[in-house]
Amino acid sequence: MKQAVTGNAGPKVRSDIEVTLELTDSGGTELILKSKVKTMYGNAIEKQCRDLLKHFGIKNARLLVNDTGALPFVIAARVEAAVKALTGTSVSFLPEMINENKYASSRDRFRFSRLYLPGNNPGMFLNAGLHSPDGIILDLEDSVAPDKKDEARVLVRNALRSVNFCGAERMIRINQGERGIADLDYLIPHNVHLVLIPKCENAETVNKVDETIRNIKKREGQHETVFLMPIIESAAGVERAYEIATATPDVIALAIGLEDYTADLGVQRTREGNESLYARSRIVVAAKAAGIQPIDSVFSDVGDMEGLLNNVRSSKAMGFEGMGCIHPRQIAVIREGFSPSAEEIDKARKIVLAYRDALARGLGVVALGSKMIDPPVVARAEKTISLAVKLGLLSDKWSEEEVTE
Amino acid sequence: MKMVKNAAGRMVPDEINGREAMPFKGVGKHRPSGRKYAPPVPTCIDYPEDNNKVVASLREALELCGLKDGMTISTHHHLRDGDLVSNQIFEIAASMSVRDLVWLPSASFPCNDPVIEYLENGTVNHIEGSMNGPLGRFVSEGRMKGMAVLRSHGGRVQAIQDGEVKIDIAVLAAPAADAFGNAKGIGGPSATGVLGYAKADCLYADKVIVVTDNLVDLPCFPMEIEGNYVDYVVVVDKIGIPEKIVSGTTQITKSPDRLLIAELTASFLEKSGLMHDGATMQAGAGGTSLAIAVYVHEMLRKKGWKFRFGFGGSTKYMVEMLEEGQMGYILDAQAFDLDAVKSIEKNPNHIPYPVFNAYNYHSKGNLTTMMDIMILGATEIDTDFNGNVVTHSDGLLLHGIGGWQNCLHARNVIIPVPLFRDRIPVIVDRVTTLCGPGELIDVIVTERGIAINPRRQDLIESVRGKGLPLVTIEELQETAERICGKPEKAAFDDKVVAAIKWVDGTVIDAVRKVKN
Repeated sequence: MKQAVTGNAGPKVRSDIEVTLELTDSGGTELILKSKVKTMYGNAIEKQCRDLLKHFGIKNARLLVNDTGALPFVIAARVEAAVKALTGTSVSFLPEMINENKYASSRDRFRFSRLYLPGNNPGMFLNAGLHSPDGIILDLEDSVAPDKKDEARVLVRNALRSVNFCGAERMIRINQGERGIADLDYLIPHNVHLVLIPKCENAETVNKVDETIRNIKKREGQHETVFLMPIIESAAGVERAYEIATATPDVIALAIGLEDYTADLGVQRTREGNESLYARSRIVVAAKAAGIQPIDSVFSDVGDMEGLLNNVRSSKAMGFEGMGCIHPRQIAVIREGFSPSAEEIDKARKIVLAYRDALARGLGVVALGSKMIDPPVVARAEKTISLAVKLGLLSDKWSEEEVTE
Repeated sequence: MKMVKNAAGRMVPDEINGREAMPFKGVGKHRPSGRKYAPPVPTCIDYPEDNNKVVASLREALELCGLKDGMTISTHHHLRDGDLVSNQIFEIAASMSVRDLVWLPSASFPCNDPVIEYLENGTVNHIEGSMNGPLGRFVSEGRMKGMAVLRSHGGRVQAIQDGEVKIDIAVLAAPAADAFGNAKGIGGPSATGVLGYAKADCLYADKVIVVTDNLVDLPCFPMEIEGNYVDYVVVVDKIGIPEKIVSGTTQITKSPDRLLIAELTASFLEKSGLMHDGATMQAGAGGTSLAIAVYVHEMLRKKGWKFRFGFGGSTKYMVEMLEEGQMGYILDAQAFDLDAVKSIEKNPNHIPYPVFNAYNYHSKGNLTTMMDIMILGATEIDTDFNGNVVTHSDGLLLHGIGGWQNCLHARNVIIPVPLFRDRIPVIVDRVTTLCGPGELIDVIVTERGIAINPRRQDLIESVRGKGLPLVTIEELQETAERICGKPEKAAFDDKVVAAIKWVDGTVIDAVRKVKN
């Protein structure tokens, strides 16, 4: 008897469901339900499962359900993945796209923090947006076990429709190669804002992803741009960073992944990071030359917030404009680290005011106290001010307000 | 027995285990009459002149106390999950063929699950106290002979004082005691820090047995149990398992979602102005409460403020406030961790304070109304702000009331809870079991917004326009239902398995046997 098992179960699993499906020749559908929430949702789960089997045209089957409080979008994904594993059907069951998820992204939004969510762990999706990351990454690549790749794709698709990510930029990290291309087919129609391309080593990879997305968009009648963020994770990728950054106009950021990069070099990843100094600088320069955002690697010790803050500060000093996070508690620290400090804002304000004053008085030279200020310094100060206003650290009427010392 | 509708609209029994019971009349509506209960007058004639009350065994002490069918036996829960004394009482009673005892613990723990055996074989008729885990399930399935009675910590001492429940024998484990019966919570291998739950039992029980594994020379000072109330002292090898009595260190939650709720709560306390120099606060020992305590401590430090006092259960985090100067005193009825136990021993501003004084509603005032900030939990809150702490939405009795009902009388009651746990909404349309009326619950803090009780316009005004995610309780309930789906209600039989008492001894709700 052919059997498919999808989802997760076990003593530590919560908010998930394990589905064991067997197709039978006769006898209708038999459903055996074990659930932590049986009193409140037993009937609802049973009805949902039966409706799903009917939707996929399954008339005779045995379905074992082991539920730890999965939400309906998870149940739908697990049953669909089990049916697909046995029948290979191309039929899908799409849960409702909630209104809260119908927002767009933009090219130049902040990407300080983007939270990785392992694509087959639905419990971690639900509150991710509440922690206010700039972006959430539904990951199909390294955080999903090889035998769970197919079901994760269905789950991530349903999450993109059903889970409120609270305005975060909606990102996916696809797999490498052909599987990654197939991932796009599943997910692009569901308001994906940005695709992370892992272990990217050349422009062709980017172009292939770009072309695939264009075709899907054409097929689906979608108009919003899907941005691309290639992740450089090898020596070859570092060497071709600029080529990758400029492969298509939809590439809006270039990220570096240091675990794989240091492995590729055959060296240890250290806290000081001397082994990756060149690669990181190279990524920053390539991204800046291409006019896009350079994004740093994740900091993997989730317990060490001080270490994280130091890491963010050195990242910012090198020119990075964001980094990945693997735990929601890292988000606030990263935001703080990348945000301009009170002193930086204050200094920028004085420079910009002095510049405006000089303009108004028709002076060709700008001076602050006895110090002359060059045009690039003014430009940088303007950038700091606009960042501070966007982050709510400075009122947009700042120039009219009294300076309090 | 018939069922009557009480002032909260709940159907409750007018009789509990053969005694008349008064339905809940509303908050502050029931006025007691008569005089307090009094135990029989003892005389020194009956006690040894050398005041050495030590007897050979707990069995002998129970026999000397005249243990017989139908008696009520009380215990305290300071030994928590490391309690090696309570179960022995029933083992001895069973071997003496004593039947139909009533057990009146101040709380029960998983280590008390063996009592189920004595409930099944008839040694124990029923429990009046908290019922957790398997004991709760046992009651919910209708397998206990008598009706369970659940009271708050304050309700328990009120019932003892008022004579609603008469203790025949109090068996009080003590980490240190002398031969006269003076006893305290500090010292010895089984230190509990304080014995704040034993006072009413001493004052009102007919007979009092002190059980210790640490007999000290007279006087055992400072005594929390006074020898004048004690009949017998029993010395045993071990009263408890130390690592299960207090935890090495209480753990702050690591869950990012719970931490988010804790941060929001701290932010609410700050922006509402409830936090101020000289305020008073109580928070429990749950992971989220501890995280709130840490955020609050940081806030006090930054502002240079100090809490006038805090009421325990005490933890390391309260002790840190005391030691670093952000809390004037800890008044304490129970210590949750080793840091708290040590603090009681060495810090004169960490003061044992019995529950009898702190929580008794039939008293000339108590501590609860002096607390500015009260952080509590709940299994369910409904759109009228009513709270449930004893049953889950599936109808099973799984928790005791603890001090929860008493604490509702604080000036500002704030309940941080997740909007749903797994798929189960915490904010519901109607609580499965009513434990506390909504008029006493002020603020619900969830990860998806803060709902303030419309009865508290002052609080709503205090945080308006300050960037907090304010929502209505109805919006929270709708959001929970939209995410989780509409839950079905648990199905119950008619049989009442437990009565839930309010702080004044009236019956606020009843728990019924679950179907199947």
